[in-house]
Parts: sequence; structure tokens; C-alpha cells
Amino acid sequence: MSDVMIDARELTKQYGTVTALQNASFQVNRGEVVGFLGPNGAGKTTTMKILTCFIAPSGGTAQVGGADIFEDPIAVRELIGYLPESTPLYTEMLVLEYLQFVGKMRGLRAAGLEARLRRVVEETSLGEVIGKSIGELSKGFRQRVGLAQALIHEPPVLILDEPMSGLDPNQASEIRELIREIGRERTIILSTHNLAEVRVTCGRVLIISQGQLVADDTPDELAARAGKPRFIATLKQNGHSAGEIREVFSAIGDAQSVKEQTGAAPGELLVEVVPKGNQDLRAEIFQVAVSAKLVLLGLEQRGENLEDVFRQLTTGNGGASS
Amino acid sequence: MRSVLTIAGRQFRSYFNGPVAYIVICIILLTLGFFFWKTFFLFGRASAREMFRWLGLILVFSLPALTMGLLAEEKRTGTIELLITMPVTEAQVIVGKFLGVLGLYVVLLALTISYPLSVSTLGDLDWGPVWSGYLGLLLQGSAVLAIGLMASSWTSNQLIALFVALTLSVFFWVLDKFLALLPTNAASALQWLSFDYHFQSMARGVIDLRDVLFFASVIVFALAVAFRALEARRWS
Ligand SMILES: Nc1ncnc2c1ncn2[C@@H]1O[C@H](COP(=O)(O)OP(=O)(O)O)[C@@H](O)[C@H]1O
Ligand SMILES: [Mg+2]
Repeated sequence: MSDVMIDARELTKQYGTVTALQNASFQVNRGEVVGFLGPNGAGKTTTMKILTCFIAPSGGTAQVGGADIFEDPIAVRELIGYLPESTPLYTEMLVLEYLQFVGKMRGLRAAGLEARLRRVVEETSLGEVIGKSIGELSKGFRQRVGLAQALIHEPPVLILDEPMSGLDPNQASEIRELIREIGRERTIILSTHNLAEVRVTCGRVLIISQGQLVADDTPDELAARAGKPRFIATLKQNGHSAGEIREVFSAIGDAQSVKEQTGAAPGELLVEVVPKGNQDLRAEIFQVAVSAKLVLLGLEQRGENLEDVFRQLTTGNGGASS
Repeated sequence: MRSVLTIAGRQFRSYFNGPVAYIVICIILLTLGFFFWKTFFLFGRASAREMFRWLGLILVFSLPALTMGLLAEEKRTGTIELLITMPVTEAQVIVGKFLGVLGLYVVLLALTISYPLSVSTLGDLDWGPVWSGYLGLLLQGSAVLAIGLMASSWTSNQLIALFVALTLSVFFWVLDKFLALLPTNAASALQWLSFDYHFQSMARGVIDLRDVLFFASVIVFALAVAFRALEARRWS
């Protein structure tokens, strides 16, 4: 197998008169974690259903691990672990029973199945609910069962459709952590309409709007389009004047401007540092503060207005369907 | 083949997690018991003929309740997506589903054996027609199940699937009941399409290859249509 794990060529999908996807071409290499980003109805789910051979494209084709979706759909499915949107599971089954079923469907037997079950249950922390019926589980646990079934046969490719949607922030960050863990040795495509999510989990972002790919960037490149990052440091005032503090931070070589910001709590100061390029200045800010004996209460990266870029890219691009 | 059996096994077991299978089993056993003993005491005959007469009809009415959800419910909840995106073909899914519900039906038939057994303790029972009758029940029931699976492949609403399956199976069951009203040619053609016509001759103890082939063709035809419907999804 080459290093291109997913190769989509001019995928088009028409539902009756609705064009859900138009000439979408992209490649994903082994080991990449790619975020599929777009507003609702953009065509993310459609693309994923095509790659998993659930539906056929009206035009174009795709290969997964060298197998063509038209010529060898079974081989394609064997390579993929899939978590469909809204995680449809057999709710009347017990978690263990269900994972055993999926394992068997994936060709695992006896000792091999046993070992894999133990491993995914551990990976997805399902131990405590293993004997419960799926219908009783919280949304977060259900999502883990969904991930566990996708992982059971150790697929080289994972396709996850909105794995974090509908979860509360705690559950979402647990799942995100899990995906990051899994993504170390696998090719992953995950879809979302949430920008912040992509930033933390994905090495690359494909933005899709009205059935067309409108951007293919790293999160940082995307951020660069959005304008420079800014760093906001919160400091304890301790009798320092704003001018003094400004001077301290101006000593950072890559800093273009240093400004005091309003809105600080009493006894605190807010300082904004803007880099000359797109540098990450957090380490420097920390070091400078420490050596000037300033008490750093908080440090935050902000202001690269990704939302704006996203909006710009996904609206009024004269999209596919009219 | 393993995938087929895995799907069948899951389907079979899932029946015992919900009420439908239990309800169908109870209804069948109770109505059967009622009619059977009623006629037995009325005519004092030690024969299983009455049982087959009634069982054939009850099954035509109740088996669609077992098949209505087979695919419709998977489509409604979306689980069909995970099932199909496993490394299986649509044909394996259809055959697996069919074998799963067939398994439950065989269990159900096994439960009814208690009736001919009790008859045989009350008098002399000729077991020949009993076995051929069971073969008839198995074949006719399988045909009804296949039709139910076909109906379930057409919709994501299991009540619609139930209604369509009931209509079709009852239609094929009553076909030979109004023959007197029709010209002879049409009548014999319709009779030949009737489930009950083929079934009753088996219940009398006659195993005719043509009856077996009739039910086998209905089963194959219905399963093939269900396969087509499931496959059509990919291209819609
Ligand atoms: N089965 C379907 N029949 C008709 N239109 C559909 C179907 N599935 C999706 N669509 C349409 O295709 C477009 C893309 O949908 P989808 O791929 O689900 O978007 P996303 O996952 O990005 O929200 C939408 O306009 C949607 O209404
Ligand atoms: Mg979607």
C-alpha cells in the first residue's frame, strides 16, 4: 500500500435534484488526522457514506488503502472503522454482547476476539458499563461504545461523523482526548461543524461548503489567513505601573507591539502582546515575566478570528447548488 | 457464511429482549389450544388435522408481526448503516435476517408439538400426517416470513411493513376460498397460487414435490426482491 490511504477523485452525489457533493477531490495520507469542517448540510456525511460504501457517488470514485469503492467495497469496509452520525446502536443489546457481535462480524474469533475486546474496553474506558444495556447509557458512554465498535478490528482508517456533537463539554473533551490517542497510529477523518474542535484534534482541515471543498489547510495556516495571533497575559499588579510592565514585554525579540488592555480585575493587569509574524510567544512571555519577577496569573492565545475565516469561506462562495 | 450466521444469531437473540416474540408465541399457543380442544371434545376425534387447519391460518396472521421490524426498524434507527458498512454483502444481510426469524419460528413450531403429543396419549394418533403437516407449516410459514422480510425492506415504518405483509399473506391464503364464483380456468390458476391449497394437501399427509417447489419459489422470489430493495439504497 502506498502512503495515500484515502484518495477521493471528483466525487459527486446527487439526491434527485439536490447536489449534495460536487467534484470533491482530496487525499489523506497514512497517519493523518483530518478534520472535515463545514456547516450543516455541506456534504460531510454524504462524503463519509460514500467512503464507507454505504451509498455510491453519482460521479467520480474513491480508493481506500488502494481498494476501489466500486470494485471492492468489502475490502474497503474491512479497512475502515466507522462511527456514523448520531451513533446508531442496537439499544436493546448489552454493551459486551454488542461488541462481541461487531467483533465476530469483523472476522474475530475466540481468543483473538477476547483479547481485542479487553483492549478496546480498556481504551474506551467502558469497563464499568460492560454489562449494561446500550439503551440505558448516557450519550457520552454511547459515543464510547460507538468508538469501541469502530476500533475493534484495529482498522488502519477511521471515519468518524461528528463524534463530539451532543456531548457536554466534559464528555467532549474526554472523547477528544481518546481520538487524539487513537490517532497516533491511524488515519482518521472526522467531521464537525465546530472550529475549536478541529484546532485541538486535527493536523489538517478540509473545509466543505455547499458540496464543494473550499479549503485544504493546516489549522495554523487557516489561523494565518485569519490574521495574527495575540497573546493576553494576566499579571498581578503588585505596585508595578503599566508602563513598567510594557517595557518588560517589549524586550521580547519577536514582539511587534505590547499594549495594556482594559477589563482587568482589581489588583491585576492585562497585557496584549502581538508577534511580528505568526510566532507562538507564550514561552517567551513566561520567561520574561519570571526573570522580571512578575507574577503571571494567566496566559491566553486569542484573536485569530477563525470563525471569521470560516464564515468567509462557507458563505457566498457562489456554491454548488443554487 | 459466518457473517450470515452471526447476523442470524443476533437477530434470533434480539427477539427475546423485546415483547413481540413472546406476544406472538402466547397468541398462537392460546388460540391453538382453544380451537383444538374445543373440536377435540366436540367430535371426540384423535387427530391432529384440526390443529393444522387452525395453525396454518393463525400463522398467516401472526408471523408478519415477527418480520415487520427486520429491516424497517434498522432503517428507522439508522443501525442499518453500521450493519451494511461491515464487510458483508447485502445478500448475506438478507439471508442472515431470514434465518434469524426462521430460527424463532422453528422454536415456536417445536412448542406446538405438545398438542399432538397430548392427542396421542388420548387415543391412537397417526404420526405420518403430523410430520407432513409440520413440513407444510414450516414451508408455508417460511413463505410468509420471506414476504414479511420483503415488506420490511420497502419501508422504514414497521407498521406499514406489518400492514403490507398481512395484506399479501392473507391474500395468498384466501385465494382458493372464492373459486366457486369464477370460471374454471381462472379458478384452477388461482387455486395453484393459494398457500392454503398447497398447505392443506400436506396437512392431509401428502407430500407432493410440486407443493414444496411452490413454497420454495415464493421464498426465493421474496428474498430476491428484498435483496434488490436493500441494494437499491446504495444507488438512490
Ligand atoms: N437521503 C437524502 N435524500 C435527499 N437529500 C439528502 C439526503 N441526504 C442528504 N441530503 C442533502 O444533501 C445535502 C448534504 O447533506 P449531508 O451530507 O448530510 O451534510 P452534512 O453532513 O455536512 O450536514 C443536504 O442538503 C441534505 O439535505
Ligand atoms: Mg452530517
